[in-house]
Amino acid sequence: MNTELLGVVAMYAVTILLAIPLGKYIARVFNGEKTWLNFFAPLERLIFKLSGINPEKEMNWKQHLKALLTINVLWLFYAFFCLLFQSHLPLNPDGNPSQTPDLAFNTAISFITNTNLQDYSGESGATYYTQLFVFTFLHFVSAATGIAAMMVVFKAMKDKVTDKLGNFWDFFIKSITRILLPISFVVAVILAFNGTPTSYKGKETVITLQGDTTHVSRGPAAGMIAIKQVGTNGGGWFGANSAHPLENPNYLTNMVENISILLIPMALVFALGFYLNRRKLSWVIYGVMTAGFLTMLLLSINAETGGSPALAHMGVTQATGSMEGKEVRFGPAASAYWGITTTVTSNGSVNAMHDSMMPISGMGQMFDMMINAFYGGVGVGYLNFYIFIIIAVFISGLMVGRTPEFMGRKIEAREMKIASLIALLHPFLILVGTATACYFLVHFPNINWAEKPSAWLANPTFHGFSEMLYQFTSSSANNGSGYEGLGDNSIFWNVGAGIVMFIGRFLPIIGPVAIAGLLAGKKFIPESAGTLKSDSITFGLMIFAVILIVAALSFFPALALGPIAEHVSIK
Amino acid sequence: MKSTSNTLFQGDQVKDALKQSLIKLDPRILVRNPVMFTVEIGTAVMAIVTIYSLSNGSQGHFGYNFTIFMVLLLTVLFANFAEAIAEARGKAQAESLRKTREETPARLLVNGREEKVMSSQLKKGDVFICETGDNIPTDGEIIEGIATIDESAITGESAPVIRESGGDKSSVTGGTKVLSDKIKVMVTTQPGESFLDKMIALVEGASRQKTPNEIALTILLAGFTLIFVIVCVTLQPFAQYANTPITIAAFISLFVCLIPTTIGGLLSAIGIAGMDRALRANVITKSGRAVETAGDLDTLLLDKTGTITIGNRKATNFYPANGVDVNAFTKACILSSLADETPEGKSIVELAEQSIGMAAIKAPKDSVFIKFTAETRSSGLDTPDGLRIRKGAFDSIRNIAKKAGNLFPAETEEQVRNISSNGGTPLVVSENEQILGVIELQDIIKPGIAERFERLRKMGVKTVMVTGDNPLTAKFIAEKAGVDDFIAEAKPEDKMNYIKKEQQGGKLVAMMGDGTNDAPALAQADVGVAMNSGTQAAKEAGNMVDLDNDPTKLIEIVEIGKQLLMTRGTLTTFSIANDVAKYFAIVPALFMVSIPALKTLNIMALHSPQSAILSAVIFNAIIIPLLIPLALRGVAYKPIGASALLRRNLFIYGLGGVIIPFIGIKLIDLVVGTLI
Repeated sequence: MNTELLGVVAMYAVTILLAIPLGKYIARVFNGEKTWLNFFAPLERLIFKLSGINPEKEMNWKQHLKALLTINVLWLFYAFFCLLFQSHLPLNPDGNPSQTPDLAFNTAISFITNTNLQDYSGESGATYYTQLFVFTFLHFVSAATGIAAMMVVFKAMKDKVTDKLGNFWDFFIKSITRILLPISFVVAVILAFNGTPTSYKGKETVITLQGDTTHVSRGPAAGMIAIKQVGTNGGGWFGANSAHPLENPNYLTNMVENISILLIPMALVFALGFYLNRRKLSWVIYGVMTAGFLTMLLLSINAETGGSPALAHMGVTQATGSMEGKEVRFGPAASAYWGITTTVTSNGSVNAMHDSMMPISGMGQMFDMMINAFYGGVGVGYLNFYIFIIIAVFISGLMVGRTPEFMGRKIEAREMKIASLIALLHPFLILVGTATACYFLVHFPNINWAEKPSAWLANPTFHGFSEMLYQFTSSSANNGSGYEGLGDNSIFWNVGAGIVMFIGRFLPIIGPVAIAGLLAGKKFIPESAGTLKSDSITFGLMIFAVILIVAALSFFPALALGPIAEHVSIK
Repeated sequence: MKSTSNTLFQGDQVKDALKQSLIKLDPRILVRNPVMFTVEIGTAVMAIVTIYSLSNGSQGHFGYNFTIFMVLLLTVLFANFAEAIAEARGKAQAESLRKTREETPARLLVNGREEKVMSSQLKKGDVFICETGDNIPTDGEIIEGIATIDESAITGESAPVIRESGGDKSSVTGGTKVLSDKIKVMVTTQPGESFLDKMIALVEGASRQKTPNEIALTILLAGFTLIFVIVCVTLQPFAQYANTPITIAAFISLFVCLIPTTIGGLLSAIGIAGMDRALRANVITKSGRAVETAGDLDTLLLDKTGTITIGNRKATNFYPANGVDVNAFTKACILSSLADETPEGKSIVELAEQSIGMAAIKAPKDSVFIKFTAETRSSGLDTPDGLRIRKGAFDSIRNIAKKAGNLFPAETEEQVRNISSNGGTPLVVSENEQILGVIELQDIIKPGIAERFERLRKMGVKTVMVTGDNPLTAKFIAEKAGVDDFIAEAKPEDKMNYIKKEQQGGKLVAMMGDGTNDAPALAQADVGVAMNSGTQAAKEAGNMVDLDNDPTKLIEIVEIGKQLLMTRGTLTTFSIANDVAKYFAIVPALFMVSIPALKTLNIMALHSPQSAILSAVIFNAIIIPLLIPLALRGVAYKPIGASALLRRNLFIYGLGGVIIPFIGIKLIDLVVGTLI
């Protein structure tokens, strides 16, 4: 038991030790300073030259958003048609079929939005072509999109009275060449050496110890698995994701993969401090995020290592904790740690079945995604946090008797309008989505669909409610993990979750970028003794309170009917 | 007219406010307040449910539904009452000022002839005459003459003031009384359009516009309201899935409890109360926005004279030259100042008589007084027995001595320099072209002013002293009074330039002024406070008028502004923090019957689902009137630095906002539980 916890502590310790210098490095990259990876510069220049882009040309916030949305829509069409016709495309040694239109719609959106909700299974639902040139490609560009959007906000916070907020393509390309590619490379090499396949050959036929013949799927997987961890994507090569023995062979790879989940989201928090030269602000943000993260982590580890009360009532001793749906090579503590890290960061990869975890862990995971800003996805995590900062600044600014200002800019009606709208969006998508599902389930259980609503849930009752709530929460948070008990490869869930993912991705990018852009154009007010310092512990407390009361409380009734009801009924 | 009463609720005001609360139920009025408007809709739905429950039991008992309906209606009425009482108080305050200008006869000049008309008939541009004993019928500007005027009706100050044409003190206010002399006054405002009329209109709500900050807060509150609309609407299918029927009464109760009704109900009252507090400080604001801006001020421009120092300089010391007898020197000082009518001259005589103990000295008969002229820069007297005493600036007296071939004593010259560098003004005295010594004049800094500047500094407000003094003197006084910066040898355009410079740096600047040449700067400043005694141009240019003509008023205005914003912020926090307890009261109540395991969430151990819901809505309703006094008085501002202030308010209103409703709801439940 103790070594298990030690493993968790070690993973977190290594993550933070790497995240601080990485944050410093990222700040240097975007400050245009020289780094040891400058040998990528000629490659970047070549890309810009080929695409006719002038990376020096500064854009305002609207131009940034235009560039971001245009290129994402382009990728959406590309991905959709590749998936729709994948059986006709090359690199399909296993002869897998094309995806149905609703599945392709869901999958394409899922990957451009950095969600990677997978209603298909990688072994049978995708080809090597789509795995590499759609999924792995989108893993990189969707993560880079997030970082580039965040950089616009960073830049807007840094410069005084300006509408010149850097060049989107410059941020975007550098995110890939200087951050995502190098780190993924290291992770991929470690995985490959530990047994993750990197082969273009199709399924291998294996004779098991029992003498049965079985087919084992393979593929050039190590690279994709690396970036799915590093870029908070989560969409794995195999259906079972990192619980699969080839995707995550041993405890060492588990540590590497799990560290990769948190690494960049955490480093970006520190990058903010180095970039703006406000390190204390970074620590306050880090502190708030960590407080939320740790609370959920402790609850979850406690629940998983304690074992299931339902089994305990039957007189079963659970010396190793709750092992249902978990891999023996990881154990309950490391599985709980993964479960929380993957949901705080909008990663969504799994190394155990969340569906089988204790209701408290499930609640923790959903709660993380409902907040979606404790570290959060690469780039977008900070953008979500930024909305909470704006609301906290507004209320606390009033509380000290000044019209609210953040980083020297007054927050007025327009910014509040956007911030309120974005804060509202997440509960809206999750609750309305789940309510719609409930509505069909109650009123049209046998409607004439390929998969009837009555067949959706493997576990009706509270757990079934959690399955639906989790699916929409995961979609809206662009997380991508799922409760597997849900029959999600059906038209309602494919289309419903697809729409939610799309809105849940782009509006929360547009909102903060717009606010930051508007604020950057405002008169700069120097700090005085009456100004509220945003880098104080008190202000950190304020943000934490805003997150809890504004974001978390709106989900309280839903959580009460799902995981809380389940928890108290099996206790 | 200082506020006559400080009690929050006066009988007639309450009666008026109660009537207004009913009138304000009109949805067309209430729609301006999105939070309370949704509560009104909820109340209307509850009314229908109540009637329905008379004939059908599926939505619960009639009595229970009716009680919920009544509590919701009360919630809206309480919010309306908060706004109405704030309006009534503001109006009463303004009316008491307006009463001073009841109908008085006016002596209108028509083509040079006098005509008696009533004051209400005076139009802008009319000219009227006022003589000793007349009440001034309306606001205007003196175009001819000088008069002493009793302004105690407006300012409460009994000492008469002098108003004359041409200068910066040419304005007269309706309701004041001419004590001596005769003046010709031109009317400057149309009837019903004076500042006071505008202020009353602002308070009454007809022309009250939401301030930018109020709009932003309303948007945030509307956002919260929408979130809870979503929470409550989606709860219906959730409950159906869980086979847990929820009554409409429970839905509406949950919704009304969750939306920020406390701040929503008190928001406009807080804004009105801000203007009202300004009015109680005898400041008329032309917009609510100005009060709000005042809370944000970064820089205050303050005139030295009257604000930082007491009126004029005073003699503080006599320094005789070597070999000159102190008494002889003091006597010469008195003689030289006997004819000097300036405050400085008088203070020399005063100092000599009081502190040095000289008995009253009279000038010898037939003495010739020499008046001060800009050319000679000295004054004095020649006595019949041939004594020539002169008093003046250092260089002019030195010239006199030099011309007569007399030396200027070195130690006196040293003394002169000392006085100058200590911020004083040296006046040298000579007798028959011989230097007798030097008088030190000093600016007297107002007692307590340094502490006030310290308080401002803690609020983050920079103070700038504006003075006509030379830089050396200005620097000395600035340091002594504790201001952060000064403008020496200031001309009107210097103020303007300083304001512009500060504003370019993103700062908000306030200034006070009275003269016509202050008008551009008053207009440029973010908060321009014109003195009521100032010219019409100055009053038009500024966005506040101070009836007391008190330059230190700026400091009070800043605090009023901060109080206004803080009250909004703390009550918002309180309102939202209350939701925690309300969730824990209502959510278990909704589900406990069908999912008994969820009883664990009933941490307050409330009596029954019905009593839990009822207790929560009752608490939600009565917290509004309980907080009205706080909304009207404002949250006290403490200059302890922003972070400390946030900690304090977060502790009181945030943590308090979480805990209080737990206690409140439990207590109400103890009562309600026994009644159900």
